[in-house]
Amino acid sequence: MEEKFEPKIIAFLCKWCSSAGSDLAGVSRMKYPPNVVPITVMCSGSISTNYILSAFKDGADGVLVSGCHPGDCHYIKGNYYARRRITLVKELLEFIGIEPERFQMSWVSAAEGAKYTEIIKDFVKELEPLGPQNKLRSNL
Amino acid sequence: MRKRIGFFICHCGINIAGTVDVSKVSEELSKYPGVIHSEDYIYMCSDPGQSRMIEAIKEKKLDKVVIACCSPTLHETTFRNAAKVAGINSFQCEIANVREQCSWVHKDMKKATTKAIKISKAAIERARLNESLEPISVPVTRRALVIGGGISGIQSALDLANSGYEVILVERSPSIGGHMIQLSETFPTLDCSQCIMTPKMVEVSKHPKIKLLTYSEIQEVAGYIGNFKVKILKKPTYVNPDKCTLCDECTKVCPVAVPNEFELGLTRRRAIYIPFPQAIPATYTLDINNCPGLFPIACGKCADVCEPGAIDFDMKPEILEEEVGSIIVSTGYDLYGKEEMAEYGYGKYEDVLDGLQFERLLSASGPTMGKILRPSDHKEPKEVVFIQCVGSRDPELHCAYCSKICCMYTAKHAMLYKHHVYDGQPYVFYIDIRSGGKDYEEFVQRAIEEDGVIYLRGKVSKIFQEGDKIKVWGVDTLSGKDIEIDADMVVLAMAMRPSEGASELAKKLKIALDKDGFLAEAHPKLRPVESLTSGMFLAGAAQAPKDIPEAVAQASGAAVKAVNILSQDRLYHSPTIATVNLTLCTGCGMCVDVCAYEAIKLEEGKAVVNEVLCEGCGTCSATCLRAAIKVKNVTPLQVHEMIKVALGG
Repeated sequence: MEEKFEPKIIAFLCKWCSSAGSDLAGVSRMKYPPNVVPITVMCSGSISTNYILSAFKDGADGVLVSGCHPGDCHYIKGNYYARRRITLVKELLEFIGIEPERFQMSWVSAAEGAKYTEIIKDFVKELEPLGPQNKLRSNL
Repeated sequence: MRKRIGFFICHCGINIAGTVDVSKVSEELSKYPGVIHSEDYIYMCSDPGQSRMIEAIKEKKLDKVVIACCSPTLHETTFRNAAKVAGINSFQCEIANVREQCSWVHKDMKKATTKAIKISKAAIERARLNESLEPISVPVTRRALVIGGGISGIQSALDLANSGYEVILVERSPSIGGHMIQLSETFPTLDCSQCIMTPKMVEVSKHPKIKLLTYSEIQEVAGYIGNFKVKILKKPTYVNPDKCTLCDECTKVCPVAVPNEFELGLTRRRAIYIPFPQAIPATYTLDINNCPGLFPIACGKCADVCEPGAIDFDMKPEILEEEVGSIIVSTGYDLYGKEEMAEYGYGKYEDVLDGLQFERLLSASGPTMGKILRPSDHKEPKEVVFIQCVGSRDPELHCAYCSKICCMYTAKHAMLYKHHVYDGQPYVFYIDIRSGGKDYEEFVQRAIEEDGVIYLRGKVSKIFQEGDKIKVWGVDTLSGKDIEIDADMVVLAMAMRPSEGASELAKKLKIALDKDGFLAEAHPKLRPVESLTSGMFLAGAAQAPKDIPEAVAQASGAAVKAVNILSQDRLYHSPTIATVNLTLCTGCGMCVDVCAYEAIKLEEGKAVVNEVLCEGCGTCSATCLRAAIKVKNVTPLQVHEMIKVALGG
């Protein structure tokens, strides 16, 4: 029997809101699929286009970028830069043939463990029918 | 030089080991390049756990360690300190979060173990490229700013000032005192609120270490822990407090009448007014929004009658710049808006009041001089219905949370009503009685047993006016009977919510809010008075609904936390800041534009980072087209390596 496709997801989380929110999901013992490996950075504003492309190149089936809610950035306005950059990256990815569902941005505060849990669950569900991402992958 | 890395995974009892096969992770990592020591241990954070790490570093001459355990917010400091004890730089210690972000959120052991291995390898890749760094030391400004002059702010300011530190207390309204000064008597002792509050207000005004700025608002906050720079807008009161003799002649001639905020609209005040007789500072304020003729002076009657010439129409707003080392935020609460509660007739029927309005009716200095009279016809109400949980505990329509103080103040209201109107009958509709607190349950029992308050367990479905009565329809779920009361007055225990403007202030301060808009504490249990922004602390109902003793306790706690900072000679700033590769930098200035801290400047065509101002967010590094600027120990190279192993296997 063919093994079920398990999408691989990289989640770039800002330290202050989204990583703390994902910690809260843990503290609250919420459950979500283990397909996601988090990489915590200081601010969503520090997530460069290269990180996202790298993740796809290294075999990610989906990439999530998550930061503080607009207006709540720990670093004042880093998430606004992230939002602008992410909009462009989304268009770029679409242009080169990556399904837009594979790249998501969300706002998760330190109080939103439940929201983080739902985002991961939904993301995995959305990626499953798409199958593996091979367009940018270099290690086929 | 080849790196010698040590890897340790903690069982955390069964918290990690219950879902992650820790010995497998340890075994797998022992084969990973550069790892020359790998082990699992039941509690890494325990003394023996830390000793094992220290011993391994010394014996095997490790130069980097990675601990796979709980979130770095909990034990990163513990392990970094231990690494330092063992003789390596604390920045050579990295944490892999395999508990909150792995073992606690998954069920499948095999998959959780695979994920834990990836997380651990990613942390090793990060550690492999970590630089050794020393904290940057900065001096401390030994003054504090307290925002909000209610009981919490007053308590914090007094505690700080009595510890010998200068305090700036900023209050946006014309007087300090907050909501507590509006209250009649306080549960469970029935102390007169003004009698216990005014001595503290006077102490604030006379304290040589406290600079009181009323009618003032925070405009801008810059800087960082130990060294904040604050711009405060001091609004003009158009009255010189040094000349004003409180003769009250001005209010007699002022032609304007607007709802009196202090009396919650139960009475009206003039455009020139003193909020209440014991106001601190004791002076009048001219409310520019309601004065008919300030620019140009069309009326000026108040100035004409002011014998000492205290009224100065030329007074201008002032911007004060202050430097402080620490900030306490105690912006308090407001009651849930009446516009939200139309179903209970609040705002529609004059004799449907909220809890604070009823406090004013009870107050000896209130609009009725302590007599309970209906606002509509000034008759004494003989049947009063008190409704609890109005807006609280209602996740579908209003606030999901419990406002905590309403059970107690409703019992107090019903009791005090009975003390004023001997032949009256108070009814209370409640969902549950929450009377946790010293002498609180006894107080509620006293209301029921001695004062004959009738408690009805159930919700009110409808309130409407019929003649001069207010019909209250509800149900008593204990007897199963429908209840109809022809009430003379209804008092709603409205939910508490964060005070208006608190979220805008939080943005200026860069303090996070919780899901309900209250200021978020750094940890719900262990850091309840700290905000997530270092150097800023929380006190009182701004953080969550709480009663006076809790607010006072938190305010004193916040003051001590501020003293922790102010008593230091120097503070240490994280050295994980941006650094520029001058060869690659073209001086385009894009990093300068995106830096929220103005920490980057162009000097001789190259970007230069101010290491004290830089917070290390890395937005500059993601913006730079030449990869010429990066944040130490979270470099693009490190992140790329982490991505690779996080996706491996």
